[in-house]
Amino acid sequence: MSTTTEPPDLTSAPPREEVLSVHDIGARLGGRQVLTEINFSIAAGEFTGLIGANGAGKTTLFKVILGTTSPTGGSVLVGGAPRNRRNPLIGYVPQKFSLDPDLPLRARDLVSLGIDGHRLGFSLPSSNRRRAVEQMLEAVGARELADARVGELSGGEQQRVLIGHALISEPKLLLLDEPLANLDLRSAGEVVSLVARVAREQRVAVLISAHEINPLLPVMDRIVYLAGGRAVHGRADEVVRGEVLSKLYGHHVDVLRVHGRVLVVAGVGDERSGPHASSDCDGLGASVEVLS
Amino acid sequence: MTFIHYLFEPGFFGSGPVHRALIVGAIAALVAGPLGVFTVLRGQSFAGEALGDIGTTGGSGAYLVGVGPLWGFLVFNVAAVAVMELIGVQRRRGRDLATGVVLGSGLGLAALFLYLESTHQSTTGTTVSVLFGSLFSVAGATVPIAIAVAAVVLTLLLAVGRPLLLASANPELASARGISVRLTGYAYLLALSLAVALCAVTIGSILSTALLIGPAAAALRVSARPVWTMGIAVGLAIAAAWIGVLLAYDSYTWPPHHQGWPVSFFVVALVLVIYLGCGAVARLRRPRRAIAPPHAGASDPRAIVA
Repeated sequence: MSTTTEPPDLTSAPPREEVLSVHDIGARLGGRQVLTEINFSIAAGEFTGLIGANGAGKTTLFKVILGTTSPTGGSVLVGGAPRNRRNPLIGYVPQKFSLDPDLPLRARDLVSLGIDGHRLGFSLPSSNRRRAVEQMLEAVGARELADARVGELSGGEQQRVLIGHALISEPKLLLLDEPLANLDLRSAGEVVSLVARVAREQRVAVLISAHEINPLLPVMDRIVYLAGGRAVHGRADEVVRGEVLSKLYGHHVDVLRVHGRVLVVAGVGDERSGPHASSDCDGLGASVEVLS
Repeated sequence: MTFIHYLFEPGFFGSGPVHRALIVGAIAALVAGPLGVFTVLRGQSFAGEALGDIGTTGGSGAYLVGVGPLWGFLVFNVAAVAVMELIGVQRRRGRDLATGVVLGSGLGLAALFLYLESTHQSTTGTTVSVLFGSLFSVAGATVPIAIAVAAVVLTLLLAVGRPLLLASANPELASARGISVRLTGYAYLLALSLAVALCAVTIGSILSTALLIGPAAAALRVSARPVWTMGIAVGLAIAAAWIGVLLAYDSYTWPPHHQGWPVSFFVVALVLVIYLGCGAVARLRRPRRAIAPPHAGASDPRAIVA
């Protein structure tokens, strides 16, 4: 299982095998243009963070990639081909999923539904399938949860099981929508390191959305930073810079580095009058209060 | 021997109506088990209840035109599902609304049908037998129809069971896998309408929910596996139906009138006993997992910065 644990060297890496490429995507939601000319690509084994405040359009972008929402323009290629609704190349863990505590599904059943839950008909139990499910549970650190009802697991445990559900069909691209929201710091750290390990070991491209950048900083290869419906894309150190984000937000933004953490500080004063300031900077503006 | 004798009144095993009652009860239980589990999971018990009530319209209409009540239950339930779909039963918010509208107008028709029926025959027998069932008076011709309907329901469930389970557990996970949540919802409602019709023949239209929901809810308390849960629900429903038939047969020797108590009463009472029993079993077997306290403020960016 331990193939390559050191981070890939991006400068001398072999040609990127593009798993996802997003070209000029625009999307509307409830009559509002939430995404405009979004461009980025992700290669196999890359860990990309999709960062933006609440309401920045992260979930909409995921739905466009999944094909459950139609874009107003542009194209999405998954594995080099136009994506379609039944795409076995994509594994997905939705945001704020709720699983009923009474659901008669054990963790192993949910992971098993990741193999063939979309197919009609039924299958008889087989030892191969059982082994595959147990290996996956082991890989996501949920072996001891195998026989527990998924609805009774904690948020972090459910997250791990759902990642197993998404990964067992061996997708090329794993989409995780706000997996760290509602997790305590320790669980969040566990989920991040689990996903980073999986991305490297199984050469899966990961796109993970978050409104908070710091938990992802140690593992992110690249970042797609979303604000005001637009995005900048690049390595974290290229994107998370005052002048880059100021241009994206359309008003002055400072990036402070404190004890290895990044604070994106949107001015709270005059920029409030700007088109995006009040809504886009909610999650990030909160950091300012801590400083002052 | 005397004990057996005491348990089964003479003639129980030789009676044609008893045979039919046992067969029809088992058929209804067979489809009610899995459908009930899906219904509880999907939180659509109200739709199940409404379909049962609407069966009253079908059952009374069937008496009026002189065909077996099962036909009435089937036709009106399937029609009700179609209308509910048109109004928008799939949207979570519109669901109860659509169900309520269809339920109200259906019961209005039932009032008319039952009125016409009672003035025509000057008896209330039809009303009681449609609403509360009369399993011992099921016609022989109903049995093959019931078997055919159950076969359709079970085939449908075997076909869409897996996607339906995923869509019921979490619609977003399902649609990300290309499952049409809408189509699986249709298939479920169609199967539900047929299953409710079979339950209505067994214990009457307005009691049909008891057989649909009760055993399923009981099974959900003791099992965490999808297929086992449905199997247990079937077993419990068969137990309720059969023991109910036996007690009703035995009750012909009981006071006050020595004319027997209704089967439906026994079945519904047994369902309740089973549900409470399974709750007790669940509490004994499964000490509640300690639920971790919610980490307040964990999603608060300040908590991460600090």
